[in-house]
Amino acid sequence: MSTDTNKLKLAEEKNSRKELIGKLGPLLALIVLVIFVTILNPGFVAPTNLLNLLRQVSTNALIAFGMTFVILTGGIDLSVGSTLALSSALMAGGIVSGLDPLLAMILAVIAGALLGGFNGLLITKGKMAPFIATLATMTIFRGATLVFTNGNPITGIGDSFIFKFIGRGYLFGIPFPVILMLICFAVLYILLHKMTFGRKVFAIGGNEKAAFIAGIKSDRIKIAIYAISGMMASVAGIIITSRLNSAQPTAGQSYEMDAIASVVLGGTSLSGGRGRLVGTLIGALIMGTLNNGLNLLGVSSFYQQIVKGIVIIIAVLLDRKK
Amino acid sequence: MEVTMKGITKSFGTNSVLKGVDIQLSGGEIHALMGENGAGKSTLMNILTGMHTFDAGEIYIDGKETVYENPKEAELNGVSFIHQEMNTWPQMTVVENLFIGKEVKNKFGWLNKKEMEKRAKAIFDDLGITIDLNLEVQLLSVGQQQMIEIAKALMTNAKVLIMDEPTAALTEREIEVLFKIIFNLKKKDVAIIYISHRMEEIFKISDSITVMRDGVSIDTTKTSETTVDEVVRKMVGRDLDDYYPEKKSEIGEIIFETRNLSKKGVFEHISFNVRQGEIVGFSGLMGSGRTEMMRAIFGIDELDQGEVYLENKRLKIKTPSDAIHEGIGFLTENRKDEGLILDYSIKENISLPSIDGFKKRGIIDEVAEKDFVELLMKRLNVKAQSSELAVSNLSGGNQQKVVLAKWIGIGSKLLILDEPTRGVDVGAKREIYQLMNELTDRGVAIIMVSSDLPEVLGVSDRVIVVHEGTIAGELSKAEATEEKIMSLATGGY
Repeated sequence: MSTDTNKLKLAEEKNSRKELIGKLGPLLALIVLVIFVTILNPGFVAPTNLLNLLRQVSTNALIAFGMTFVILTGGIDLSVGSTLALSSALMAGGIVSGLDPLLAMILAVIAGALLGGFNGLLITKGKMAPFIATLATMTIFRGATLVFTNGNPITGIGDSFIFKFIGRGYLFGIPFPVILMLICFAVLYILLHKMTFGRKVFAIGGNEKAAFIAGIKSDRIKIAIYAISGMMASVAGIIITSRLNSAQPTAGQSYEMDAIASVVLGGTSLSGGRGRLVGTLIGALIMGTLNNGLNLLGVSSFYQQIVKGIVIIIAVLLDRKK
Repeated sequence: MEVTMKGITKSFGTNSVLKGVDIQLSGGEIHALMGENGAGKSTLMNILTGMHTFDAGEIYIDGKETVYENPKEAELNGVSFIHQEMNTWPQMTVVENLFIGKEVKNKFGWLNKKEMEKRAKAIFDDLGITIDLNLEVQLLSVGQQQMIEIAKALMTNAKVLIMDEPTAALTEREIEVLFKIIFNLKKKDVAIIYISHRMEEIFKISDSITVMRDGVSIDTTKTSETTVDEVVRKMVGRDLDDYYPEKKSEIGEIIFETRNLSKKGVFEHISFNVRQGEIVGFSGLMGSGRTEMMRAIFGIDELDQGEVYLENKRLKIKTPSDAIHEGIGFLTENRKDEGLILDYSIKENISLPSIDGFKKRGIIDEVAEKDFVELLMKRLNVKAQSSELAVSNLSGGNQQKVVLAKWIGIGSKLLILDEPTRGVDVGAKREIYQLMNELTDRGVAIIMVSSDLPEVLGVSDRVIVVHEGTIAGELSKAEATEEKIMSLATGGY
C-alpha cells in the first residue's frame, strides 16, 4: 500500500510541475521576447510605444477571449472576422440613418451574439462540425456585409462623443480600447474560472459524453459559447469602426487566424478541455509584441508573416514536449 | 507447441496488474484460465501475443525464450487471440473478412476470389461451419461472427488459440457447435486457452484450470481433480458466503416503475418496478438490450413509447439532466468514456452533476465544494492523496468509487448501476457491494445490470432476466440459480 501512495504522490508532484510549466510557459516566452526586442531597440519600452502596443493588441485579444471559450469545448470559430464586419456595417448603417449611436452599438453587440448563436445552432441542432459550420457562415456573413454595404465603406458616421471615445478616447491616460479589453477580460475570467458556466465549458471539452450524462445541457452551453464569440467579435468591430470612423466591408479579414494563434500560444489545447483565459491574454500580447517589435526593427512585413508562423510552430512543439 | 510463462509482472502507470504469474500448457490441451474481472487474465494473454510489453518474467515457446513484438508476429508464429470484442468489417462479406490483409492474388495483383472461396470452404467444412461465404458479416448472428473469427485464426495455422469469453453472447445451440469445434481442434493438437466465468462450461470441456486472483496465479490443477467450490474459493480468496456482504435493508414501497417501454428494434414492452431499499439485478446476454433500456430511462437515448414513474409521479425525461433533477443516478458500463473526465481532478469529477448547488450569487463556493467532495471521498474510501489529483492516476476500483460518489452526491433515490464492478479489483468490489447495502439501508432503490452471474445472485433481492429485448422472466432471491438465469437468458423455458 505504501508504494501505492508513494506512486500517487509522485504522480501528483509530476502533475503540479507540469501545470506550473503550462502556466508559466507563455509568460516566460513573453518576457524573453520583450527583453530581446528591447535590447535590439530600447525605444520599444517607451511608454507611448507600450500604450500603442496595448491598443493594437486590444481588438485581437477581445476576439481571442471569445475564441478561448470555443476552443476549450474542442470547437473553432472561423466566422469571427465576418461577424465583426457585418455587425460593424449594421451599426454604421444605423448611425448614418439617424439611430442613436449608443443604441446602435448595443444593437451591434446583439447582432454579434445572434450571428454567433446561429453558428451554435448549426453545430448543436444541425450536428455539423464547427470547422465546416463556421467556414460556411464566414462566407455568408461576409457576403451579407458586401450586399448591405454595396461593397463600399460606410462613412459619415458623425462625431458623437461616445462613438469617438470607444476607439479614440483615453481614460487616465490609457487608451479606452485597452480599458474595454480589460473589463471584458475580467467579466469573462469570472465567467470561465469562477462560475458554474465555466466549469461546464471545461467539462464539455474534457469529455462531452461524460458531461452530458452528468446532466450538463451541452447544446445550450455551446450555443452560448458561440454567441459569446460573436459578441466579442462585434465589440472589436465597434472599436475598429470608431478608430477608422468608417465601417469597411472587408474589415476583420483573416482576424480568426491571429485569434486562434493567440489562444494556442496561450497554452489552450486545440482538442479542448485544457486552457486558461490569462494564457490567451498573454498569447495576444506575444502576437502584438511580435508585430510591434518587428516593425520597430524595420523588418519587412513580408518577413514578419514568416516569423509569426515560425513562432506558432515553436510554441506548439514546446507545448507538446511537456 | 508448448507455452510456458514464468513470473510475469506488469504495471500500467501506478496500477500494478500482474504480480508474478505462471502458466504452462501444451498441444492438445484445453486450459481454462479463470479469475474475477480485473484479475489480469486478458492482460496476461495480451502479453503473450505481444500486444503489451511486460516488466519482468520469461516466456518460453517450445523451450525457447520468445517475445513477440506485436499480435501480428504472434499470429504468424501460430499464436492467435480471439478477443471478446470482434474485429470484423460488417459491410464486407464473409470471405473478404476471412482474407483481410492476407488476400490471395494472381500474378497481376488482382484478387483471386475463386481460390479464396475454395480455401474458406475447406476450413468451414473442416470445422463443420455452414455459413454462406458471400453474406455480409453484419447480417450474421454474434455466434456466427465468432465462428468466423475462429476460422480466421485457424487459417494462419494456429497452434495456440486463446479464446476470451467466447460463449458470452452465444445461444445454447451455438455453444454446442462451438464446443464441437474446440474438441476438433484439440484432436489436431492445438493448445487452447479458454477464458470464461461459466463453471459449467469449464468443467465440461477443460483439461486443466489455472486460477488467477489480483494479478497472481494461485495454482493450476487437473479439472478432474477439483470441484466448482474449490475453484470459486481460489478465485475469490474466501468462501462465497462472506464474499457478498449480508444485506439487511428493509424493503419498502414501490418507488420506481416502468410501463411498456419500447424502442423499435432494441426492446419492447418493458414493465418492471423497484422498491425502496431493494436491489434488482438485470441479467441477460451481451446485446440483449439491458443497457439500452437503462440508457433510455435515463434520457441518454430516446424512447419510442412507455411511461416511467418515480414515487407515483409520471416523469418526463428527455435528457440526463431531467433524470438527475428527479433524483436518478446512472453509473454507465463504460467508466472511461462516459463516467469520468480522466484528465480532471477527483473534485471536479465528483461535483460535476451537483455543481449548480454550489452557486453563491453565481460564483462557485469552492470551500463548500471541497468539503462536500472530501466528505464523499471519506465515505467511499477513495484512496488518494488529495481531491485535486487527476482521476487518471487512480486504480480501476478507486475510479469507480469516484463515479459512485458523483451519483451519491446528487442524493439519488434510484441508482442505476451498469456493470458496477467491471475492471475493479476484488477488495474494491466488496467495498462497492457494502456501499450498495449502505445505500439501500437508507431507502435508496438500486437497479444493477451485470453480466457476472455470481454477482447477480450474491447481491440482488430479485433478478429480472432479459432476452432479445424483452423481459424473459423474474426470479426471487430464493428461486434464482445460475442455471435458471442462463436458461431464461438464452430463450429457454
